Amino acid sequence: MKVLVCVKRVVDYNVRIRVKPDGGGVVTDGVKMAMNPFDEIAVEEALRMREAGHVSEVVAVTIGDKKSQEQLRTALAMGADRAIWVEHEEAIQPLGVARVLKALAEREQPGLVLLGKQAIDDDCGQTAQMLAALWQRPQATYASEVVISGETVRVTREVDAGLEVIDVDLPAVISTDLRLNEPRYVKLPDIMKAKRKPMDSYTLPDLGVELPPLVERLETTPPPARTGGFKVESVEELVATLKEKGLV
Amino acid sequence: MSRLLIVAEHGAGNLNASVAKTLACALELKPAELDVVLFSADGAEAACQQAAALTGVSRVLSVARPENGAPMGAVLAPQVAAMAADYDYVFGPSTTFGKDLMPSVAALAGVPMVTDIMGVEDGRTFVRPTYAGNAVDKVRVPDGLVVATVRAASYKAVGGGGSAPVEALELDIELPTHSRFVEIRAGSSDRPDLQSATKVVSGGRGLGSAENFQVIYSLADKLGAGVGASRAAVDSGFVPNEMQVGQTGKIIAPDLYIAVGISGAIQHLAGIKDAGTIVAINKDPEAPIFEVADIGLVGDLFKLLPEIEAAL
Repeated sequence: MKVLVCVKRVVDYNVRIRVKPDGGGVVTDGVKMAMNPFDEIAVEEALRMREAGHVSEVVAVTIGDKKSQEQLRTALAMGADRAIWVEHEEAIQPLGVARVLKALAEREQPGLVLLGKQAIDDDCGQTAQMLAALWQRPQATYASEVVISGETVRVTREVDAGLEVIDVDLPAVISTDLRLNEPRYVKLPDIMKAKRKPMDSYTLPDLGVELPPLVERLETTPPPARTGGFKVESVEELVATLKEKGLV
Repeated sequence: MSRLLIVAEHGAGNLNASVAKTLACALELKPAELDVVLFSADGAEAACQQAAALTGVSRVLSVARPENGAPMGAVLAPQVAAMAADYDYVFGPSTTFGKDLMPSVAALAGVPMVTDIMGVEDGRTFVRPTYAGNAVDKVRVPDGLVVATVRAASYKAVGGGGSAPVEALELDIELPTHSRFVEIRAGSSDRPDLQSATKVVSGGRGLGSAENFQVIYSLADKLGAGVGASRAAVDSGFVPNEMQVGQTGKIIAPDLYIAVGISGAIQHLAGIKDAGTIVAINKDPEAPIFEVADIGLVGDLFKLLPEIEAAL
């Protein structure tokens, strides 16, 4: 079985986000970029499936400009077998991404498509479900445990009420939650080796994909800041203040 | 005039608290008709009645089919998409239920989606958080159906007292059989639900162990509060993940939030931005949590918490 893992280039999660003063988005010039952390978990899970003998090939996919190849190289260095780069310079949003991934799924015929439950830049959390809907295959979102047995997968999902367990038939789309695994560190020799691994490239016309209209971003602003209050000196003062505010 | 549909989450005979908040957002669009749909195996009569009582609801639609016994996105999406042809807007709550379902609905309808509406500017312009709430985008959706989730923490629940009719709706469409519900393992608790509680007490790494979390439960019970935790406390194994508050857990907006032994990592603060009053109790006077807390108290939590309980 082949696994398609989708990765996105985003601002590194350690970077403190700064909104541009002109409202035109957040500052990305000179800012460290990295693979979306949830996608890293997806890559790790695919590799573990291969190591466990369930999967024969792990294919990493991204859509973006030339720089997005760096994230594919990271996936290859982690251990993916090959990569697919879909070249696209302009903005693309989840529905467009899902259309591209569906075209690739039809071409590659994977048993599983793994992706992060959301990207930490736009926080949309839509792509996996949209792909599943377009591909007419199951969606197992927010996975914290994935067990493959034959033609079905048992997925434990992190939902508001606790843990939900579902069975889905292959092929399926799984979106990964934080606690599914801890991604491995990439070693230097693996980075060298990754440079020799194959990377195919496509354009949207190659795949016959037409993008839907975009949700237009009009303005980006910083969130209203919460200003700190004051410190109290004692439990009595705390309780008195809360009572005064009618909170207890 | 527009028509708006809300897909309601419900379970164990109760309407989820997020529905009344989603409704508050929907009413800002002043729709001519506002319907609420519930999917169930048995008609979910009690939850339908609760929805019918909410302010602003025109009709409650109940779609009962055996396949709808457990709310699975892949099974519900084709049904919602079939209904969507009659509406200008289809909204769901930003709970795991809504976040799982609504993108599939949008994809089947062939339209983009807006995640986490936190404000309505006009009929096509919405405000939503990005970068874990560290930036706020104003966005305009293209022509056609609008599919969105509503960030419950940004809205106050509408009141009751309404009496909308409840109608059974039959949708004659074929549903996928590739996905099957097995079970839900919920942390059983008599305490208020974290996401709808008006008061929440949360513990962090400072608690030190699962046993020590007892002081948090004890104070919460005295206050009638829900119990949360920081990601550090979850990762340390003190409490299960469904108690996690923050960017990677639940985003909540109680009237009173008491953070105990929580340093205040950005990812935690992202989950409590909309809380009414934040109280921080921490032994480190320099902890970042004090920068956002309305009321701070520096000291040893194991000494202070019992004192607070006694003083209440």
